[in-house]
Amino acid sequence: MSLKNILENWSHYRRGIEQGGHHKYEHMWGMALDLNKCIGCNACSVACYAENNLAVVGHDRFAKNQVMHWLRIERYWDEPDLDKVSDSTSQYQEHGASFLPMMCQQCNAATCEPVCPVAATYHTPDGLNAQVYNRCIGSRYCSNNCPYRLRYFNWFSFYESSWPAPLHLQLNPDLTVRDKGVMEKCTFCVQRIRVAKDKAKMENRKVVDGEFQTSCQQSCPTTAIVFGDMLDPESKVSTLWRTHQVELGKTKQAKQNRELRGYRVFEALNTEPKVMYMERVREV
Amino acid sequence: MQTKDINEQIKWAQINKDVLSSMENPRMAYWVAVAVCVAMIACAAAAVGYVYTTGQGVLDLYWPEMWGLFIATFIFWIGMSHSGTLLSAILHIVHADWRKPIYRFAEAMTTFSLMTAGLFPIIHLGRMWNLYWVLPYVSDRGIWPNFRSPLAWDCFAIFTYLTSSALFLFIGMIPDLAICRDNAKGWRKKLYTVLSLGWAGTDRQWRHFRKTYLLMACFLIPLAVSVHSIVSSDFAMSIMPGWHVTSFPPYFVAGALYSGCAAIITLFIILRYFFRFEEYMTIPILEKTCKLTFVIAMAWSYLNLIEFAATWYGHDAAAKEVLWDKFTGPFSPYFWAMLFFGSVLPFALAFEKLRRHLPTMFVVSLLLNVGMWLERWMIVSPTLSLSYHPFAWKVVWPSMVQWAVVFGSFGWFGLLFLVFVKVFPSVSMYEVKEMVYHRRRAHEEDQAKIFHRRTSDPQPAIDTPSA
Repeated sequence: MSLKNILENWSHYRRGIEQGGHHKYEHMWGMALDLNKCIGCNACSVACYAENNLAVVGHDRFAKNQVMHWLRIERYWDEPDLDKVSDSTSQYQEHGASFLPMMCQQCNAATCEPVCPVAATYHTPDGLNAQVYNRCIGSRYCSNNCPYRLRYFNWFSFYESSWPAPLHLQLNPDLTVRDKGVMEKCTFCVQRIRVAKDKAKMENRKVVDGEFQTSCQQSCPTTAIVFGDMLDPESKVSTLWRTHQVELGKTKQAKQNRELRGYRVFEALNTEPKVMYMERVREV
Repeated sequence: MQTKDINEQIKWAQINKDVLSSMENPRMAYWVAVAVCVAMIACAAAAVGYVYTTGQGVLDLYWPEMWGLFIATFIFWIGMSHSGTLLSAILHIVHADWRKPIYRFAEAMTTFSLMTAGLFPIIHLGRMWNLYWVLPYVSDRGIWPNFRSPLAWDCFAIFTYLTSSALFLFIGMIPDLAICRDNAKGWRKKLYTVLSLGWAGTDRQWRHFRKTYLLMACFLIPLAVSVHSIVSSDFAMSIMPGWHVTSFPPYFVAGALYSGCAAIITLFIILRYFFRFEEYMTIPILEKTCKLTFVIAMAWSYLNLIEFAATWYGHDAAAKEVLWDKFTGPFSPYFWAMLFFGSVLPFALAFEKLRRHLPTMFVVSLLLNVGMWLERWMIVSPTLSLSYHPFAWKVVWPSMVQWAVVFGSFGWFGLLFLVFVKVFPSVSMYEVKEMVYHRRRAHEEDQAKIFHRRTSDPQPAIDTPSA
């Protein structure tokens, strides 16, 4: 890597492959999430707790927002119909809730990556936004620079009280339990990706689409979550992205047809999120 | 009414005596101040120990408010450190000799506030024992810090600035330390003998000294500007609404000089009162400092307006909302207080009657710094409470643990300063002598012809003064 090379090809180093840049990806794991199918049951969130050894923080800390849910179901409510909700006794209405499951968007141009002073978060050749717990010193800058606010900090040694015996026996041995002072977030179940990749390598083949599932995908009763390799044009997730005419490297999609429901959260910020949501169809 | 910056008839021996006596025999008030400072530090140390053993959660920081008061106070102290460089380096280069009696303590303030500021990013880390990972040391595993991160730049900038300003403080003190050495006994004699580096006041030494001092001054000015620009890039480099502001570097530098100057006024009045430095820290010099502060206050207000206007006309919906929230939302009392203390109160400095009234100036300078502290908090917290994602709109108030650490940092600064004034001369003796000498000469008729002339006047025949 000579200086001349850097100066001439600087813009290439800064861009991903989707913008004609330099990075070569082995895979590019992405997601498509159909909000039409989402019933807000929280099964994905619970499955994530079980799979990824997420700390259970208890009621008080949950109320204080010191909660560690990597995948959260965000509830949004329609504007209340004031004629029907005349008594203000109930905090929520009977109808009009919509759900948005939010997990790390695994942005290809992630804003959390350049700001970490010790490079504890970086981009893997799998197109994942990795978080190295052992390297993290807890400056929390990444969370401050994440427009989705999808990073969670270990404010305490949650593990000490999270899994009283015999619950500790259900911990997943494939990944660590995090101590205080470390940032964590959704990894797209990187431990499952590793297993699938290793298996494929042993058998000297490529990873087949649908060979493994993330835990949220696996637990979704309505199959709202689709996960796969976006570099594989035949994969289910690529097909969905293509069908909905959502392109990864764009800050604004060119599609005109309103029937195509695909969109990404804050794609205008040029973070290139790799999770596509399909809008919910509403009665007017 | 006193109009001259300094008594021009003062004797050299008198200057030495006044300054040296300030370093001796601490009175009761001094020990009380030390005790208060130590108590404040103990308070902060207990809080930090509590955080260390339990976890950062006790700070009442929580998602999405990740930074809070520690970072705000960190910027505040870094800002404070800019005054010393302004007085000793910038005013040195522009030959404003009125700085000479007051620059020493301002420079000490620079070093000590940096030593205070540096503690905050360390204690706010989740795993502070791994702090050294931010340093670019060579390791077997070939792991380096992330050179793209503004926090890593911060680390380099602050270390550089701290080393340079401490060196500058020390170099500027060498002739004075020699005076101390000649007049001291016991452990002080030993200390000053080592520190004065064999200064004998020879021609050759003075020549080298001048060169070094000027070189350090020139080196320090861009460094000071860059340090606070880099601190501002912690925010400006992010993509968050209310942080991603192009005018942040000059805004931060102006704010830094502002709070630094206000702190100089505070310490000026304290030192003048307790050490009876009326002969050196005179009212006309205070007036000049006040005028300087006023100008900087106006520059700061202007940059504030630029930020508001740029956000307002920029039509970035999120940034606009954060700005509007500052004016009307839950943080609005503090935001308006900041605008009042930062932009309205400095008009007190515009009136000569008030500028010459020490108690007023003391209170005003303290309030200006309250305003500047609020400014830093209003940069950090509202953006974290109200960023892009509506789901993450949460207003978070800091816990007593955070306040305790912020409170204790003032004790730490105070203690360092208290030790300084008793161990080192807080007025520069040799530079006051220079100033008095030049002022005297300026009144001699033939010299006045040279000094007090306009550029259009005919060149007078110069008799060399040494002749």
